[in-house]
Amino acid sequence: MKWLTGLLLSLGFSLAGAWELSGNAAIEGRGFFQDPLDSRQYDNDYSLSLDPEWAHEWDEGRQSFVLHLFGRLDRHDDERSHWDVRELQWIYAGDGWETRLGIGKVYWGVTEAMHLVDIINQTDLVENIDGEQKLGQPMAKLSLERDWGTLDFFLLPYFRERTFPGVEGRPRTQPRIEPDQAFYESSREERHLDFAARWSHYIGEWDIGLSYFRGTGRDPLFVPRLLPGGEVVLAPYYEIIDQASLDLQATLGEWLWKLEVMYRDSSSDRFTAATGGFEYTRVGMFDSEADLGIVGEFMLDERGDEATTPFNHDLFAGLRWTANDAQSLEILFGAIVDWENGSTLINLEASRRLGQDYRLNVQLRSWVNADKNDLQYGFRQDSYLQVELARYF
Amino acid sequence: MKKLLLVLLVFSAFSAMAETPEEKGLAIAREVDARDTGWGDFRASMSMLLKNRHGEESLRQMRVKGLEVENDGDKSLIVFDQPRDVKGTALLTFSHKVKDDDQWLYLPALKRVKRIASRNKSGPFMGSEFAFEDLASQEVEKYTYKFIRDDELDGKPVFVMERYPVSKYSGYTRQLAWIDRERYIPLKIEFYDRKNALLKVLVFRGYQQYLDKYWRADEMFMDNKQTGKSTLLTWKDYQFRTGLKDSDFTRNSLKRIR
Repeated sequence: MKWLTGLLLSLGFSLAGAWELSGNAAIEGRGFFQDPLDSRQYDNDYSLSLDPEWAHEWDEGRQSFVLHLFGRLDRHDDERSHWDVRELQWIYAGDGWETRLGIGKVYWGVTEAMHLVDIINQTDLVENIDGEQKLGQPMAKLSLERDWGTLDFFLLPYFRERTFPGVEGRPRTQPRIEPDQAFYESSREERHLDFAARWSHYIGEWDIGLSYFRGTGRDPLFVPRLLPGGEVVLAPYYEIIDQASLDLQATLGEWLWKLEVMYRDSSSDRFTAATGGFEYTRVGMFDSEADLGIVGEFMLDERGDEATTPFNHDLFAGLRWTANDAQSLEILFGAIVDWENGSTLINLEASRRLGQDYRLNVQLRSWVNADKNDLQYGFRQDSYLQVELARYF
Repeated sequence: MKKLLLVLLVFSAFSAMAETPEEKGLAIAREVDARDTGWGDFRASMSMLLKNRHGEESLRQMRVKGLEVENDGDKSLIVFDQPRDVKGTALLTFSHKVKDDDQWLYLPALKRVKRIASRNKSGPFMGSEFAFEDLASQEVEKYTYKFIRDDELDGKPVFVMERYPVSKYSGYTRQLAWIDRERYIPLKIEFYDRKNALLKVLVFRGYQQYLDKYWRADEMFMDNKQTGKSTLLTWKDYQFRTGLKDSDFTRNSLKRIR
């Protein structure tokens, strides 16, 4: 972390002028409909979170500095009570190039249900099992923007372990995953220097990205371990992987066609996985101001039942209702169905603004027909309703 | 000399008569466009005050950057500051004269740049009474035209003309526009929905001239005659020729926005 201290010394203290603060504070409640499989787990839960960001821009916008923190206090789950530096970054951009140094976040990909090729940041899984919350990733990044596309190069000097629900946490796997038992293929463990490169471009209706990653894989394998107390847990095992991926979107009128494909090579396996589909949006439904979107996507993993994701031979179908009103009401309803074993995850997300500064978010996740051979089997009693009220500042 | 003048007058009167209402409408639209060419780039802040039938208000604040592109539609970047829950969300648009615009939305929480279907332009912009197409770059080629009559609006001589959207995805059958005869700028536009019923009335107020040439309205008031809702759009801090470049309007630049 020496370079980080140096960065702070050279930049942080010389920064004068206005720092802009923004973010939100939220209160969240979760209610579960059934008794937990493990009696140590809770029935209902509530928590508080704080998500502040400070940003400062100078040199006519060419340079900026961002500090973005996140913290949560959870009533029951010690693992979910956590904090993280989401961003701590110095950004320097010129005409056609950009460098970023520090802790940051990067998103790759086009699909809605599964984010297959997005690999730079580790998933903050205790936050939400949808995998969309990410931990800050230490990086040095160089981007070059040319007529023939954008090239990004990443050096990733430090690996972040995935977060998992604790003993009391829900929803969680059975047996639980014990992050303290994590082990690595690389003898350098989390200090292995990872590397990534990406070319992205758009040509007319097409947006395309080709990426390569070499380093510690973000999604672990799991190995059963017997703890001294006699409890069996799953230990995360982080392999060194090579991964090449493609993400592609065609924007044709009201239709978006999407595809993500990746090939991964590690000492334990070589496989291909893909997800893709369409999103069709109809504007002004029934002479109203509302839009209705229909999303259909497949998820396929060559490893089949051996895959480390439950979405190995699955279909997602969803409806997105956007009211386009002053409160920005949005409702997303969908289901992911495994076409081989029938396991189904039903998902409802709704949100609207209250007044000028508050937002209400409601999520319902329900596991139906969870099959023994599906990785979601452990969640079969964990269907829940989550309500969050956030105050933005 | 007098004879020549007379001949010229008769000739010009004749040629004026020969000009069809469609030709005259197009000529006016071209003149509006020609007089608004050459501004280069601009920055401004924009606020929208949304009001519903019951008088409840809601505020949006945005920063806007625009870049003039020769022989094509303009590039624009809109960054949201208010409401706070969408702060940092940004919309990048490469508009085109005839084909669909290219549009990307940046979602700051996910750091995701998402290409969106720009054809969905009849939809409301941020819950306001302005549709995306009302705020888009107004290229001559996006409409066909018809001159209706000479008239006066608030004591100012105006052309009244109709324009018909070329795109079948437009939410309108036609728009009736009052164009200032002296300055060639719109003062008022009526929007007619797909059933050809009056939907909205837009009034431009407080025109100011920039760079001794380009007129911009301080306020644009959109009144929905069917729902009783309205949106007051206010422009502030217009700056022209600030040195913006193509590289300020890229998908990558979206991720740098604060």
